[in-house]
Amino acid sequence: MEAQSLPAALALVAGGGAGLSPERRAALGASLPLVQRDYRFERVWFWGCIQGLRGAYYIAEGLGPDRAAPRSRLYSFNCLDWSLLTPATEEMLALAEQLKGHFQGDPSFEYSLAEINAEAAARLVQSGKEVNPAKRFRTQFATFVPLTLHSLFSEMKTRKALPLKFPYFSLKPVIKEEDRLIATIEQIDRAVGIVPRGAFVKTPLGSVHENRYFEGLSLVEAKKLRSYFHFTEPANLKNKTLLEKADLDPSTDFLDSLEHDIPRGKGSKIKRCNEREGNREV
Amino acid sequence: MDRSPESDPAEEPQSAYPQDAREVGHGPYQPHEPGYGLDQPGYSPYEDEIPDPQTRMLAIKNAKAYLLKTSTKSGLNLYDHFANILTKILDEQPANTVDIIENISQDVKRAQFRKKMDTLRDEHVIPPTVEAAEKYKALFVKEGGEDEQEELEEEMGQPSLPNVMETAFYFEQAGIGLSRDESYYIFLALKNLINVQPIQTCRFWGKILGLEMNYIIAEVQLREEEEEEEETEEEGEEIIAEEQNEMDEAEEDEQKEKEPEPPKSTYKPPPDIPKEANGTGTNKYVYFVCNEPGKPWVKLPPVTPAQIVCARQIKKFFTGHLDAPVVSFPPFPGNEANYLRAQIARISAGTHVSPTGFYQFPVDEEEEADTYEENLEFEPPPVAEMVESLATWAHHVKEILKQGRCVWIKPAQKSEENEEDEEEEEEEEQEEERGQALLTLISEDEGIKNIPAWTVQASTDLIPEYAVAILQSNRWPGAYAFASGRKFENIYFGWGHKYNQENHTPALPPPAEAEFPSDPGITERADPTVEEEMAFKAAQEEALAEAEEEENEEVEDD
Repeated sequence: MEAQSLPAALALVAGGGAGLSPERRAALGASLPLVQRDYRFERVWFWGCIQGLRGAYYIAEGLGPDRAAPRSRLYSFNCLDWSLLTPATEEMLALAEQLKGHFQGDPSFEYSLAEINAEAAARLVQSGKEVNPAKRFRTQFATFVPLTLHSLFSEMKTRKALPLKFPYFSLKPVIKEEDRLIATIEQIDRAVGIVPRGAFVKTPLGSVHENRYFEGLSLVEAKKLRSYFHFTEPANLKNKTLLEKADLDPSTDFLDSLEHDIPRGKGSKIKRCNEREGNREV
Repeated sequence: MDRSPESDPAEEPQSAYPQDAREVGHGPYQPHEPGYGLDQPGYSPYEDEIPDPQTRMLAIKNAKAYLLKTSTKSGLNLYDHFANILTKILDEQPANTVDIIENISQDVKRAQFRKKMDTLRDEHVIPPTVEAAEKYKALFVKEGGEDEQEELEEEMGQPSLPNVMETAFYFEQAGIGLSRDESYYIFLALKNLINVQPIQTCRFWGKILGLEMNYIIAEVQLREEEEEEEETEEEGEEIIAEEQNEMDEAEEDEQKEKEPEPPKSTYKPPPDIPKEANGTGTNKYVYFVCNEPGKPWVKLPPVTPAQIVCARQIKKFFTGHLDAPVVSFPPFPGNEANYLRAQIARISAGTHVSPTGFYQFPVDEEEEADTYEENLEFEPPPVAEMVESLATWAHHVKEILKQGRCVWIKPAQKSEENEEDEEEEEEEEQEEERGQALLTLISEDEGIKNIPAWTVQASTDLIPEYAVAILQSNRWPGAYAFASGRKFENIYFGWGHKYNQENHTPALPPPAEAEFPSDPGITERADPTVEEEMAFKAAQEEALAEAEEEENEEVEDD
């Protein structure tokens, strides 16, 4: 949500029970324009907040002239002082997928992630290295445990194997909560960052802008899932048949629509008001 | 009409040669050309008759037909177009017509473009917002005159309408809650509920989200007369059901006598645990739900222990329709209304807290009491203290035991079904379950793995003197409580599920039961081998031979 339209947008999403306190709202109204000035963003969107055990992270996204370019993300604890987050990498995403449980609320908190491929463990054993039996026991399963508790044998969870592109012997013993935050935001954006059809247009040069003439979806269109797109790199556009592609308008239909998402949902919440800008989660 | 190509130019041109009045025409079917009209019947060159002197008439007709041909692109034809042009010119009589004739033609063509007028009118689509708005408007209607209301209040004592807006204000300080409009609608809806139902105390419990619609839930204590009526109704239903069962059993017995009986199953269903009486334990409060403020309130049925036990094992999203079936394993005994009630009971038992000392046990009774009363001498600790330690908060709802009740009860065995079984003597001794006492501090709540059960924080750090202490549950995400001085409140906004770090895995079906008790008649044995059979046969023959010898000996003796 943009800073100016924040109160109206918050009223729309308030049905879920989550919202912002007046203090945070006022702080956002004061700090987001300053962020825009300092970082030279064209647009600053309030992304939402992630609740941790000891505090909440408030996330904002800044966009440049091309709205579809990778966005810069900032986080803050009090909606006043914002810190920039590094862009997400695939490695971060893969590691963060294995973490479960709440966020702690402290960005420097380290999750200990002793994972290793089973083959690599076998190699270690076969090569005759003296492996500490306790350590070997630990490395046969995937565990993650906060360093503060030192309970190495407490929970054994199964996990899927790491993609093979990682070299066998590069162990990532820790992952910081900040990286987990970055990865989580990226995954949420990819999965549920939704915009209505027609809100953004692609210029012939390839950059994406807001559509000034977008007046919202009509009632009939708003009930259909195909009027909503994921605001990320499209993955399915090339797989469409020629007949479907012929119906697309390249200036507005350059993103994946929701109708082929699995699990199939009915998009059952009827939107009461027309929205000028994309839906954002709070 | 008789006409020659060199006609008077003053004559109004009405044929295909308006501009070529004196010149020879161009194009096909010129009447002066040889062979003109020969394709018409009666005019072919092979006929003896001389072509009709009225060929000009024919030519005119053909020309007119050609002019009347409709264009495939625009639907206009040249004849009408020229007619319109000339009409327009004669009406307007502009100067220098011949110079602007092309523009006039274009203007006439443009004027031809008219919107198609359908005989059908567009259906007036009423957007759903209008229907919702009508319902909300109905909430604002003040029912009854003011005199009647005053009389009612004097007689019955004012039923306590909760101050929803005040609660919403405090929760808003923490960023929790619905929009102000929705809170106000809920406020009015609760007022309607109080007017309609005989209610003693009422509280806004919270909102549970669903896939298609949401539930707004009010926690209510009814006045005592109404509860007795409902109990008799339920008992009546149970008696009728029992009678029907007896009838069915009698019929089945008759049938059984005719057919050979299949082996009886050894499965004994676990004994039925009776639900708690209205007004105690899990059924202490009655809950009313509606999908949206303005829709009629529906009363939820009381919850049974079996439903709570099953609800602990399943995780289903609510759809928003109270009569929707809950398809799950283990099969849930009831529909969505029962599941909703069971989840409400679990959430209330797990997350309803109050500042320690606000409620106390009545002075006369022992410590293990089931009731509590408000402590009038309670002095609320400052907000800073409430935020620092969890020992300043206490549960005021009794915990639900594994059995599904708040008060343990020994399951009674039905003696009718076990008459024929010999195992009646074996009674399973179940240990009496004890839950936590009523006003336990929440600091004693176990967390899930390494996550504490509660998170407490102040609503603002900048203005500590007016901060509110906010408590969030981590076991039931969506359950909040606030405390500020003597005021406190609990509320729930969420999906109605407990927190689980792993994804929910439904229970696996139990292993298949042995169908028959193992009788020697039906247990499998390996077939005897050939050697065994021969040995058996030899043994039989020996026995026969011995028997014959004995007989022979007896006969000889005699």
